[in-house]
Amino acid sequence: MPQILVENLVKTFRVAERSPGMWGALRGVLKRRYRTVRALDGISFSLEPGELVGYIGPNGAGKSTTVKVLAGILVPDSGRCEVLGRVPWKERIAHVRQIGVVFGQRTQLWWDLPVIESFELLRDIYRVPQADYARSRDEMIGLLGLEPLLDTPVRQLSLGQRMRCDLAAALLHSPSLLYLDEPTIGLDAVSKLAVRDFVRRLNREQGVTVILTTHDMDDIEALCSRVILINRGRILSDGSLTELRRGVTTEHRLIVDLAEDEGQFHDPEARVIRREDHRLYLSFDPERVPAAELISRIAARHAIRDLYVENPPIEEIIARLYKEA
Amino acid sequence: MKAYRAIISARFRMFLQYRAAAIAGVGTQLFFGLVLIMIYEAFYRSSSAPKPMSYPQVVTYVWLGQAFLAMLPWYTDYEIYGLIRTGAVAYELLRPVDLYAFWYCRILASRSASTLLRAVPIFLIAGLFLGLRPPPTLASAAAWALAMLGALLLGCSISVLTMLSLLWTTSGLGITQLVSTVVLVLSGMSVPLPLFPDWARPILDVLPFRGLVDVPFRLYNGSLPPEEVLPLFLQQLAWTAGLVLLGRWLLGRGMRRLVVQGG
Repeated sequence: MPQILVENLVKTFRVAERSPGMWGALRGVLKRRYRTVRALDGISFSLEPGELVGYIGPNGAGKSTTVKVLAGILVPDSGRCEVLGRVPWKERIAHVRQIGVVFGQRTQLWWDLPVIESFELLRDIYRVPQADYARSRDEMIGLLGLEPLLDTPVRQLSLGQRMRCDLAAALLHSPSLLYLDEPTIGLDAVSKLAVRDFVRRLNREQGVTVILTTHDMDDIEALCSRVILINRGRILSDGSLTELRRGVTTEHRLIVDLAEDEGQFHDPEARVIRREDHRLYLSFDPERVPAAELISRIAARHAIRDLYVENPPIEEIIARLYKEA
Repeated sequence: MKAYRAIISARFRMFLQYRAAAIAGVGTQLFFGLVLIMIYEAFYRSSSAPKPMSYPQVVTYVWLGQAFLAMLPWYTDYEIYGLIRTGAVAYELLRPVDLYAFWYCRILASRSASTLLRAVPIFLIAGLFLGLRPPPTLASAAAWALAMLGALLLGCSISVLTMLSLLWTTSGLGITQLVSTVVLVLSGMSVPLPLFPDWARPILDVLPFRGLVDVPFRLYNGSLPPEEVLPLFLQQLAWTAGLVLLGRWLLGRGMRRLVVQGG
């Protein structure tokens, strides 16, 4: 039985429209025009326990709205949604006990209190028995390296430190489901790696199901076995990263470092995308010309110092998908 | 219960960090108290008509008002206000607790913490130097303490209601200002209720606001006899219960149409 089941979910928002300028503002006082925005327009998917799913889409696609419905914060207009056998917004209190949520742009820690006191407060709010609390607290402190931060008030933490503490805070009550809404937003490279590593271990070692929304394609590439792409409230694709790639392009990249600058380069099956001194970026379709054949053909004509083949960067794939959407 | 207790104690500790704000508050309140007392002195000297409260009673009343100003539901609780405005309210909804009770406790905690920080020094200073008198009898003191508890509970239920209006208007400043004025005038904070015209008294007696200031302060200075406390306390509780029920109903409706602001 799936852990999360979503069928035909619809959520609309009413947005007051106002004409620009003073006159428009005055008219708005007398008569309001409303525009209905369909944030979710028939979303369906299901998730098995232990999955780690990337939920991606451009800004305003409906990612956060989905997460909020799944968390029981927003009530959808229509459609079915069951998480762990419960309808989130109908049994909110029982439901939220089972889930952990991190909104990357906000903190759930108490701004003025030292980190450890926020943890203790959450222990009391979730009524976690002391023994369980001590175990998961020590585990989180170890995994996320929080020891030196515990006595610092939250407002004095750096963003990366705060995010690590927020992750711990979301997991103190040992939820079986974790929603991460842009957990790496604004973080530096080292902090991003720490967060990714932690999420991966949590998923692999403890079987926590994770839904991750992000704009950082490295997050997706490093973590997600399955990617759901949405735009304007509709699901555009749902599958593995490889399938997503294949759906857009079968192209591969060949990067060649030539031994010397040879001026012209020409091959009927390879397109030059970019050229930096001695380095050529080529694009080719492996269905029309296998990589080995192309390489030997180039090697026969040019002196090659180095070369490698790679997939097109996922950013480009996504950018193309967003554009098509 | 443990969850709510934990929230209250955390808020208390947090408030104790803001000592500078408390000191500034005490200074402001002392200044305002002195100004008000000067006005009443002029008023009492200029008229020989019989007054419903003696001059020393009025002075005590004014100081009580300054000491317990922070307890009145006349200002916005910026914390929860900020939560709703910025959308951080999302995290509030993720807690496995009853949201109304959760918010009520937060307000209760912040009100009592900031009141305590201001009331103690003002009591000391005004009591020693500025004419604040102790209650006339022990019975008056006990009646006052009971009515203060009622006033605190009632005040918080009004505060929650004001805050809930944010679920509909987001900016909410209009409603808070309106509530603020209504509370300050109708509770007896600006002018003691016995000084209001006679026709207004029956109306003021029925409204909930009287229970915030008029009832506890007049029990303290002896202008109300202590044996009247029981019905007045019950009135405070009845209004509290009514406003809590109204708040819970509004919250239930507000949540359904909640738009979590921003991203």
